[in-house]
Amino acid sequence: MLKVYPFFLEAAWLTVLLSILTALLGLTCGALGAAARLSRFALLRFLGAAYVSVIRGTPALIQLFILYFGGPQIGIQLDAFEAGVIGLGVNAGAYMTETIRGAIISIDKGQREASRTLGLSQWQMMYKVVLPQSARLMVRPLGVNINALIKATALLAAISVVELTYTAQRYIGSTYKPFEMFLLAGVLYMIIIYVTGRGIAWLDRKVQIT
Amino acid sequence: MTDQTNFVEIRHAQKSFGTLEVLKDISLSVERGQIVGIIGSSGSGKSTLLRAINDLDPLTGGEVWLDGVQVNQALSHRQYEKHINQMRQQVGMVFQHFNLFPHMTARENVTMAPKMLKGLSQAEADKLAEEQLDKVGMLERIDYYPSQLSGGQKQRVAIARALAMKPKLMLFDEATSALDPELVEEVNHVMRKLAEEHMTMIIVTHEMDFAASVCDRVLFMDQGVVVEEGPPSLLFTNPTQTRTREFLRKHLEGAK
Ligand SMILES: Nc1ncnc2c1ncn2[C@@H]1O[C@H](COP(=O)(O)OP(=O)(O)OP(=O)(O)O)[C@@H](O)[C@H]1O
Ligand SMILES: [Mg+2]
Repeated sequence: MLKVYPFFLEAAWLTVLLSILTALLGLTCGALGAAARLSRFALLRFLGAAYVSVIRGTPALIQLFILYFGGPQIGIQLDAFEAGVIGLGVNAGAYMTETIRGAIISIDKGQREASRTLGLSQWQMMYKVVLPQSARLMVRPLGVNINALIKATALLAAISVVELTYTAQRYIGSTYKPFEMFLLAGVLYMIIIYVTGRGIAWLDRKVQIT
Repeated sequence: MTDQTNFVEIRHAQKSFGTLEVLKDISLSVERGQIVGIIGSSGSGKSTLLRAINDLDPLTGGEVWLDGVQVNQALSHRQYEKHINQMRQQVGMVFQHFNLFPHMTARENVTMAPKMLKGLSQAEADKLAEEQLDKVGMLERIDYYPSQLSGGQKQRVAIARALAMKPKLMLFDEATSALDPELVEEVNHVMRKLAEEHMTMIIVTHEMDFAASVCDRVLFMDQGVVVEEGPPSLLFTNPTQTRTREFLRKHLEGAK
C-alpha cells in the first residue's frame, strides 16, 4: 500500500497542473466568449452564443472523445495531455463565458450612462467603470466554474492521461483494493479543491469594495 | 451650418419607443446662461427630452444643436463615437440616483474623466478635485467612498463630478427626488450657487417652489408635448392652459 503513495502524489500534481492549464485556457475562452456575446456585431454574438450552447449542450466526455479519438481523422493530432487540456479548457470556457457575461451585464445601467455622459468611450467605460466592478462579482462564480473543472479532470482517465483517477484505477489491478485506491484519490481531490476554494475566498475578500 | 443663434436648440424632436410616441414634435431653445425648468406628470417625457440633449436616448426625429454644432448627427459608428464623446464632455448630467462609481472615492469619481479625457496630471487632478468638492461642500469627505456618504452628499459629489469636466451646460434629471426631505436643501443650495454663476441649466423637477425660485423659464409637459411655457411668475400663478392648471392643482394637493 505504501508503495503507491509516490505515484498518487505524482498523479495529484498532474491533476493540479491540468487544472491550472485548463483554468487559464478556460478564462481566456471565457473572456473572448463574453466579449463576443456582448459585441455590437451580430455575427460575433451569434458565434459566442453558438459556442456556449454547443459546449453546454453536450457531455464533456463526448467532446474529449471527439477531439482525441476523432481528431486524427480530420488532421488534428494531439497527445492525451494536450487533448485533455484543450478539450476541458474549451469546455470550461463556455461556462465561464456565461459567468463573465453575467457579471458584466449585471452592472447597473446608470453606471454606463454616467460614464458615457462624461464623454468616456465604450472602451474607457469598460476599463474604468464596468470591469472593475464586475471583476468583483465574477470571483465567486468563477470559483464555482474552477471547482467543476478540477473535478472534470477526472474524465481525462478515459483518454489515459495519468492523473489521479487513472492512477487509482491502475493500482486496483496490483493491490486488489479498490476501496482504498478510490478513497485515496478522493481525499487528494478534496485537498486540491479545498486549497483552491480558500484561494478563491481570499481573492474575493481582497477585491471587495472597502 | 451656423445659422444657430441659440445656445441649445431642439427642433421638432420626436421620439418613439416601438409604437409608443413619447415626444411629439417638441421645439425648444435655451440661451446661454438661461435656466429652464421642466415639469410635468410621470411619463410625460421629461427625462426622455433631457436625455435626448446629450443623445443618451437618441431621437427618432428632429435635431438637437449645442452651441452651433448638431449633437445627433447621423455618422458612421466610429465617427459618431468620436463626435458624441466630444459633445458629451461639454454637457454635465446629474441623475436621480446619483450613479456615482462605487469603487472610487469622491476624489476619484471627480477626477477620473478629466484625467482620462484631458490628460490631467495627478497634481492637477487633485487640485481640480479639491476645487470642485469644495464648491459643493464635500471637501472633508474627499477620500470617502460613495457607500460612506448620505444621499445628499452623494448627489453633491455627482454634481462635482459633472462640473469637473467644465461643461457649458448642465442637465438635472430630478436630482433631489430620491433624497430624504431633509437632504433636499443641501443639493438645491448647490444648484442655486450654479445659477448665480450663470451656468446654463435644464432642470427636470417635481419641486415647484424650487423651479419658481431659480428658473428663468418653466415648461410644462404632458403626453409628449410642451403644453405651456413661460416665466415661473406667470406659469405658476396664472397658467393659461387647463392641463397646466389641473397639474398644478393636483400637485399642490399632493404636497399638502
Ligand atoms: N427605454 C424605454 N423603453 C420603452 N419605453 C420607455 C423607455 N424610456 C421611457 N419610456 C416611456 O416613455 C414615456 C416617457 O418616459 P420619461 O421617463 O421620459 O417620463 P418622465 O416624464 O421623465 O416621467 P417621470 O416623472 O416618472 O420620471 C413613459 O411612458 C415611459 O414608460
Ligand atoms: Mg423622468
